[in-house]
Amino acid sequence: MTIEQTMKSFPKPSQIEVPEGAEGWEELYPYNLVFGNAPGADEKFWFCDSQHWPTVFKPFETIGGEFAVKCLGQYNTRHLLIPPANGIEFKIHLGYLYMSPVAVPQEEIPARVPEFERRAGHYFQNWDSLLEAWHSKVRATIDEMEELHFTALPDAVPFDDIVSGKAMDGSQTLMENYDRLIALLYRNWQYHFEFLNLGYLAYLDFFGFCKEVFPGIPDQAVAKMVQGVDMELFRPDDELKRLAVKAVQLGLQSAFENPDDVEGTLRAVRSAGGEEWVAAYEAAQDPWFNFTVGNGFYGHDKYWMEHQEIPLGYIKDYIRRLDEGQEIMRPIEQLTAEKERIVEEYRDLLQGEAREQFDAKRGLAATAYPYVENHNFYIEHWTMGVFWRKVRELARVFVGAGFWADPADMLYLNRNEVRDAIFDLVTGWAVGAESTGPHYWPAEIERRRRIIDALSARRPQPALNTPPAEITEPFTMMLYGITTEQVQQWLAGDESGDDTTITGMAASPGVVEGIARVISSADQLGEVQEGEILVATITAPSWGPIFGRIKATVTDIGGMMSHAAIVCREYGLPAVTGTGSASTTIRTGQRIRVDGNAGRVDILES
Amino acid sequence: MSDFIVFFDSGHEPSLELLGGKCASLVSMTSAGMPVPPGFAVTTAAFDHFVNGSGLRGEIRARLAEIDPTDVRCVDRVSAQIRHAIESREVPADMHGVLRTAYEQLMSRFADVVPVAVRSSATAEDLPDASFAGQQDTYLWLTGYAAVSEHVRRCWASLYTSRAITYRLRNGIPEEDLSMAVAVQKMVNARAAGVAMTLDPSNGDRSKIVVDASWGVGEMVVSGQVTPDNVLLDKVMLTVVREHVGDKHAELVPDPASGRLAEREVEPERRTVRCLTDQELHAVAAMAKRAEKHYGTPQDIEWAIDADLPEGDNLLLLQSRPETVHSASPAATTPPTITRTTGFFMAGLTSSLTGR
Repeated sequence: MTIEQTMKSFPKPSQIEVPEGAEGWEELYPYNLVFGNAPGADEKFWFCDSQHWPTVFKPFETIGGEFAVKCLGQYNTRHLLIPPANGIEFKIHLGYLYMSPVAVPQEEIPARVPEFERRAGHYFQNWDSLLEAWHSKVRATIDEMEELHFTALPDAVPFDDIVSGKAMDGSQTLMENYDRLIALLYRNWQYHFEFLNLGYLAYLDFFGFCKEVFPGIPDQAVAKMVQGVDMELFRPDDELKRLAVKAVQLGLQSAFENPDDVEGTLRAVRSAGGEEWVAAYEAAQDPWFNFTVGNGFYGHDKYWMEHQEIPLGYIKDYIRRLDEGQEIMRPIEQLTAEKERIVEEYRDLLQGEAREQFDAKRGLAATAYPYVENHNFYIEHWTMGVFWRKVRELARVFVGAGFWADPADMLYLNRNEVRDAIFDLVTGWAVGAESTGPHYWPAEIERRRRIIDALSARRPQPALNTPPAEITEPFTMMLYGITTEQVQQWLAGDESGDDTTITGMAASPGVVEGIARVISSADQLGEVQEGEILVATITAPSWGPIFGRIKATVTDIGGMMSHAAIVCREYGLPAVTGTGSASTTIRTGQRIRVDGNAGRVDILES
Repeated sequence: MSDFIVFFDSGHEPSLELLGGKCASLVSMTSAGMPVPPGFAVTTAAFDHFVNGSGLRGEIRARLAEIDPTDVRCVDRVSAQIRHAIESREVPADMHGVLRTAYEQLMSRFADVVPVAVRSSATAEDLPDASFAGQQDTYLWLTGYAAVSEHVRRCWASLYTSRAITYRLRNGIPEEDLSMAVAVQKMVNARAAGVAMTLDPSNGDRSKIVVDASWGVGEMVVSGQVTPDNVLLDKVMLTVVREHVGDKHAELVPDPASGRLAEREVEPERRTVRCLTDQELHAVAAMAKRAEKHYGTPQDIEWAIDADLPEGDNLLLLQSRPETVHSASPAATTPPTITRTTGFFMAGLTSSLTGR
């Protein structure tokens, strides 16, 4: 490594110019998340977590980032005492989330070891029973969330309440439910990480072992050996496939002509004698339609439950493919056999103690790792889906009271301002005078909207300040794919001058050529044509049905364990992830070659 | 009739008695997914039918009976008589056209007529105490039916060279059921060729396959006269772990006219590009892996991509032999010993977290 390379740095936060029209953006976010309000902004190395937060936060949406990254940290630092790693410090800069892993000082590590072994050991030894309890806890939280309702206040307190001497006007329900909603969300985010860090830890341990005994073993080989085949993450998609099969069996194809008309489609199914199908469709919804086309962290994410034109559209597409004689079910048996072959063949290469270690470590990883894939449905999809639905319910109460015009406008308030606004609303209602909100918020929301739009016009810097000579923190490498090489590649990015080759992670094997389809949001998914190569900033697991149509996937963001990588391995499609720039370099219609073995994408012709 | 000719890729049972050692091995390798250059065996049944049906068997027996083993000139004379008879005698009527049909069938697989090799395939070849090695013949670069037919006869005749007759007499090998098969096999026309080893020779890592490949036939790779493309693949996933594209300045290509290999310079466009496509590389590695599995020990194979065969069917295995340098050592690298073994798997996990 040359001196010049080691000296290279990313910009300091204070050096980055604020996009025009975004002045004053800092006030939209919590004071503790803004660089400059605390020391360290210009010194520590920060990387942008655009994997989870690819677009700019609206003020209310910081709740997901705050809860998630805080709760991730607590398990490393306070629950498990992971010897070398505390949590991940996080800030928001120009609307994007930046992270900086917090290492444990070298001299403190030995003292943490016995506690770590005691605590993590307990979990690993009682994995199944603790995980079962986890499901109950998470489910109870969701059920409680579902019970929370936000409704407009009546003109007068009901006479019954007079009779009973209740002596409360109902505003307390609005206020309490809001606080309760936030508290329940926080609870499930704490649960979210109860097993996640351990899952990664077991994976990482097996990963390191494999790299040692099989030098140069492909990352995807390690992933395949521990990845679950029949994952809950794929369940919603599988439900749609089953429904498509049923529709074909019952001869209901013609009812799906216009799935955008949800009511009309279901009516057509019924009148074609498809009562049985409708019953199956309704049964599948709870819980599998609590599934978002986004990643759960944004208020605008669409959930199947409320946008049934999405699952119905997928079903229509599956029906078409079935009618064309295609196989739509995932080849579970084949995938299982392939996984077993890989495990067997590597295992056979080892003898004695090494083989015992392989078995122990793979066993642990195979037990713990499926959580990493499956939890996503329960938290990001289901919990967040209910949460955002309740937030919209509250926002509609405000719309009714004239605070703002569109329920989505509430996302421009931060969560504490919403609390204040509720009291403003109930005060105006109780006093019989006007609330202030309707006079204050519309203009303020417009002002904020302009700032967010200005921030959104710019992609984030991948990292800030001077990177360490070597990235060693295991979670950063594993979860975010932030490695020494990756950082060097980012730094070299502007200078390579070669616009026809893009490199990233070899996330799923295979090599194909085809026509690129560049997608910047889930709303564009309908544009994807059969046999194209999907190029996107990031993909979400709920894009599943699309993966049956495409030849390969290229993403800007994400590592070996990103959703795109997992889904592509599952569907047997080549994938290159974490390219940083594919979606801005490649244009729809270009012929490209995706090499999922080498992590390379070539633009062949325009 | 069907017993007279056995194609290597016919899936026929690799019977030593019917096919002789060489052809039996070519048949079984092809069946095991290690395709050898295409061709067929003229079986021992064909030879037997020839000598029996034409009355040669009796003649040979009679002549051999006259032999005085101590009289070299007598042995030479009888040998010449028998061989002349084998080379010139008309085959029985029901064998007419059998060899021609087989030869034409083989040629029909290629755009043009391609040269073949004709080799003897003795049934006793592999018997340790009665080695015939080197006592049967091999004829290369034969073109056209006439040449093939002539050399099949020569192979048959080679059973009765003076040396062979004397050898059998000395070792008490009976003449009664003596028979021989003959292999007729396409000469390899290598577009690219090389070697592959089912371990990483730099460290003995058995989870890897290394492939060395260059243009033309493989001799220059084997003898180190050219810097080949060098690719390290993961044996389980068959994906590339590391590759180095060699500057392949020269290639040896067969010159059928002279029956020799001619060296020529490789033009710049081909020199610095890998001589195997991804699919070909995958196929070479997969074949090496099958060879290792078939023989139960790490293998060192020679392979070639044949220019006359259709894509996908053009990879040929020329030789597979056990790798000897690393195979003697234990089956895998031993990971560093975990010193702390307290409770569950936690120690291993901790040590990997804390850098041991």
